[in-house]
Amino acid sequence: MPLYLIIEKSVLVLFLFAVTMGVAAYSTWAERKIAAFLQDRLGPNRAGVFGLLQPLADGVKMFMKEEFIPSNAEKLLFIAGPGLFMFTALMTGAVIPWGPNLQIADLNIGILYVLGFVSVGVYGIMIGGWASNNKYSLFGAIRASSQMISYELAMGLVVIAIIMLTGSLDLKAIAEQQKGFNWNIIYQPFGFLIYCITALAECNRAPFDLPECETELIGGFHTEYSSMKLGFYLFAEYINMFISAAVIATLYLGGYNMPGLDYSTMNPILGNAIAFLVLFIKTLLGVFVFMWVRWTLPRFRYDQLMHLGWKILIPLAIFNMLLTGAGVLLFG
Amino acid sequence: MQKLTNRSKVVSQKDMSFLEKAYVPAILSGMGITLKHFFKKKSTIAYPEQERSFSPVYRGRHVLKRDEKGAERCTACGLCAVACPAEAITMTAAERKKGEENLYREEKYAAVYEINMLRCIFCGLCEEACPKEAIFLTPNITPAYYDRQDFVYGKDMLVEGIAPEDRVDISKRQTWRDNQKHP
Repeated sequence: MPLYLIIEKSVLVLFLFAVTMGVAAYSTWAERKIAAFLQDRLGPNRAGVFGLLQPLADGVKMFMKEEFIPSNAEKLLFIAGPGLFMFTALMTGAVIPWGPNLQIADLNIGILYVLGFVSVGVYGIMIGGWASNNKYSLFGAIRASSQMISYELAMGLVVIAIIMLTGSLDLKAIAEQQKGFNWNIIYQPFGFLIYCITALAECNRAPFDLPECETELIGGFHTEYSSMKLGFYLFAEYINMFISAAVIATLYLGGYNMPGLDYSTMNPILGNAIAFLVLFIKTLLGVFVFMWVRWTLPRFRYDQLMHLGWKILIPLAIFNMLLTGAGVLLFG
Repeated sequence: MQKLTNRSKVVSQKDMSFLEKAYVPAILSGMGITLKHFFKKKSTIAYPEQERSFSPVYRGRHVLKRDEKGAERCTACGLCAVACPAEAITMTAAERKKGEENLYREEKYAAVYEINMLRCIFCGLCEEACPKEAIFLTPNITPAYYDRQDFVYGKDMLVEGIAPEDRVDISKRQTWRDNQKHP
């Protein structure tokens, strides 16, 4: 591998890492602000202008809190849990094409890689819940993992429809193919809806945040966690949200494409910058919708969640897949 | 059957239509409602900078009034302490010495007068029990302290100042109360 490529990719990795971390940090702020605004409150406004230093204060608080490991916990796994969850959350960002030449790894199985890492994310929760040696944590972890596995099926089936349209597993090819206003959401409105629902469930976001119900499970899989280990779990959730919004934008909302913008005729640096901004704004809008949904809908009951996943979303996804297949055969 | 109120509603258990079962329209309308709240006027009051206005008859922290000449009205009769359901008021009576006529209105006065604000339920019975119009509740609120001992208000916290600007105005409360008594 030539040196300039290594340097370029390293810079890109660091940049994306910083952006992801920054967005995740400010998502915690935005979540509280949006929650407050939707509920006629003001939200954090004491730390800095508009409470903009709130994530910093939260971070300091997380670090200052007592580091606690239950005496009966499996120590190594207890520590590994949040680390693994964070790791998988960050890894998915590597294949998202942020611009025509802004992609860390241009894998030709990009979408498979994303789905794969999302499912490995289950281990972070499961290990953390199991290692806590606490019934409620284990219940929470089992709930989380069964929920994630159930919704992964529908997600995969919906993504198959996209792959049929594009003929490629490569996220970049999928993004390129949606040039102009040729967005997949136009051809796959149902798929888009199902994907959004499953993405919410995958991120353990409300109304699918069952692993964390305080009333039934005390705190769910992270009951025994304190300090920055808890912070990792919560923080990784926001990273997951950011990444899945970016994946939704790439798969359905045209990726970095915008009607009226042609990057091939632009200066490559400017083109990439604009492409990055376009996808970034789309992603942030997606994150806003995630939060909006959270503060609108109440949590599901667990059997309703499973009912929705297995009996409604999976058949709908299969139907969507068949319809797409027929469409591709007839008009493709 | 005769209806007991005019607020009763007919409840039906008919099956939901397809659109209702799909939930998506309902969810979208719900999201519309929350989005509307996003732009609504906020009802938050940023407390230390901004204080909400209380009703003139709000029952906040107490004041021990002085008369027009600046003498304390309280004669330590103890009726407020007897009336207090939370037993928050305690006092020690003392006899007025010669030369203190300008300080205390009658021969007996309260040497110590304490209200434990942690016990007080702000019911206002003390002010109703007082025959001398000495104790009143004001719309001022009790601040928060770190020590329990700080919540026991002595005379230094309760008795109003002599200077006209230090007097606590309870006229609104008095008029309101008199109107209640003799409508």
